[in-house]
Amino acid sequence: MEIIGDLTFAGLASHLLVGLSRAMILFIVTSGLSFVLGVLRVPNIAHGSLYMIGAFVAFSISHAIGGNTGFWVALLLSPVVVGLVALIAERSLFCHLYEREHLMLLLFTFALMLILGDLVKMFWGADYRSIMAPKYLRGSINIFDSPFPKYNLFLLVIGPIVAVLLWLFSNKTKMGKIARAAAVDREMVGAIGINVSWVFAFAFVLGCLLAGLGGALVSPTVSVTLGMDHDIIMEAFLIVTIGGLGNMWGALVGSLLFGITQSFGVLFWPQFAIVFPYLAVVIVLIWKPTGMLKSVW
Amino acid sequence: MRDSFSLKTIGFLAAIFALVLVLPLVIPRFYTYTLALIYVMALLAMSLNLVVGHGGLFQFHHAAFYGVGAYTFALILTKTAMPFWIAFVAGPLAAGLSGCLIGGFCVRLTTLYFGMLQIALGSLIWAIVFRWYSLTGGDDGIHGIDMPSCISSTNASYYFILVIFTLCLIILYLILKSPFGITLRAIRDNPERCETVGINVNLHKLAAIVISTLFAGIAGVLFVVVERSVFPDLLFWILSLEVFIMCLLGGWFTFSGPILGAAIIVSLRTFVGTYTEYWTLILGVILILLIFFLPEGVMGFLAQKARPHERGLTAGEK
Repeated sequence: MEIIGDLTFAGLASHLLVGLSRAMILFIVTSGLSFVLGVLRVPNIAHGSLYMIGAFVAFSISHAIGGNTGFWVALLLSPVVVGLVALIAERSLFCHLYEREHLMLLLFTFALMLILGDLVKMFWGADYRSIMAPKYLRGSINIFDSPFPKYNLFLLVIGPIVAVLLWLFSNKTKMGKIARAAAVDREMVGAIGINVSWVFAFAFVLGCLLAGLGGALVSPTVSVTLGMDHDIIMEAFLIVTIGGLGNMWGALVGSLLFGITQSFGVLFWPQFAIVFPYLAVVIVLIWKPTGMLKSVW
Repeated sequence: MRDSFSLKTIGFLAAIFALVLVLPLVIPRFYTYTLALIYVMALLAMSLNLVVGHGGLFQFHHAAFYGVGAYTFALILTKTAMPFWIAFVAGPLAAGLSGCLIGGFCVRLTTLYFGMLQIALGSLIWAIVFRWYSLTGGDDGIHGIDMPSCISSTNASYYFILVIFTLCLIILYLILKSPFGITLRAIRDNPERCETVGINVNLHKLAAIVISTLFAGIAGVLFVVVERSVFPDLLFWILSLEVFIMCLLGGWFTFSGPILGAAIIVSLRTFVGTYTEYWTLILGVILILLIFFLPEGVMGFLAQKARPHERGLTAGEK
């Protein structure tokens, strides 16, 4: 096995960094999913589709504007576009279902996934697309004598920023506090005169916005194509489950576990790399069925 | 569920059975193949309905067991020299065994946690199948699996599947009518009370899962008989949710609902799919319409129309 020869400290460190940067993308996506799950108690299957739309919109914007500014505008605007899509879906259809059984809400988000997937196919086609990161984020720099992509470093910076902003939002703003309260006891929140339906709408849109941001952020590192939604959503579901449903820090812990096992899986047994994260998830769930951190339910 | 069939129902069933017996003789081969596929999906949907509709469990990754059955059958036929019937029995058994293992971990949990753990375990199986090229052919799957000559023609395989399907229907019907089926529905409606009167709730749930995964395995084996190939999409979670839609469309709380749902979805996909590449868009719209206007499914709706005070299969003698 030639892999063993590569097993130096530098090699390990670079794999760890790749895993961490992957975990940052996963965290941004899953924190949104977890937020929706916490407040609405619905696992939003369409979350992956919104992530995919975020990537495609980022592609269109950055190609329309071009250059370095194109990338930054795309990064700012595509979450907004995704948020709008989510708002329309929520206010026109989803909000009428809140009184219904859980399974119906779940199946509704599945229907949304089916529809959004085909709409993306209509608008953008089935081709593979790619986006260039700005010049100063391309290429790689040496860390411990092994090359490491600059863009991944950028992700390592963005991830913690998003985490801090989310923490500030949910702990220091009134809206965030209401949303957290609605997650714990929605009847009580309604009883003290807050329009719960709008809290739900807000939470749903914010969660989807994060999916869009994740899609836009991931777009320079992968080929943007149909099927992105299927790949991410299962991973995202498993991450929020092992983290503890609705717990934002759980999403962070789960993402780290998932990202790192994935990148070390590539190192040790490339053929079965995708098996490792699932195995880690299964072990965690058998050990602690309700997730590593406390669920908000 | 009423205990005896009326004469009208028996006549209706006999007419349908006569029809499906004669049909392959008069319709083109492609339609025979589609009908056989409908039976396979109907069996899969009914096995799911056993745990979801009657058991109230969040069986989110039912396709995993369907795939395990199909792959076991296909692998024994292609990689070993064992006779056909061993493969035919081993497929469902492997599915049931995996159901017992996965179910054993899952029944300790409820609702969403149950579903998520099952998705995790099912996806683990999917990931292994998807990657183990030397054994399963990876994402290509295995194609052109030889069947014994007696069931290799389209019509012969159709009749073979019809016989197995009918047998399974009868067994499923008897299971749901049995004290076990009634207990299962009682657990769905009020688990605490069942626990109090001394029913081992988790054991009943596990038994339901094993039975249902056995039937999912049979459906998987029959799929290979129709299609002669296996591929990882058989155990992908998208298929699990599609089967959910079939049950929803037909009606959760009815016996024959999933058959109707499977028939509608499979024929729509076959015939709409030839006109447009946006089949999933149509499926999504159908699903939304169902959720809004027909949450009890077609059969549930009809049953309500016919007998406004009964609600299909309810627990006990309500």
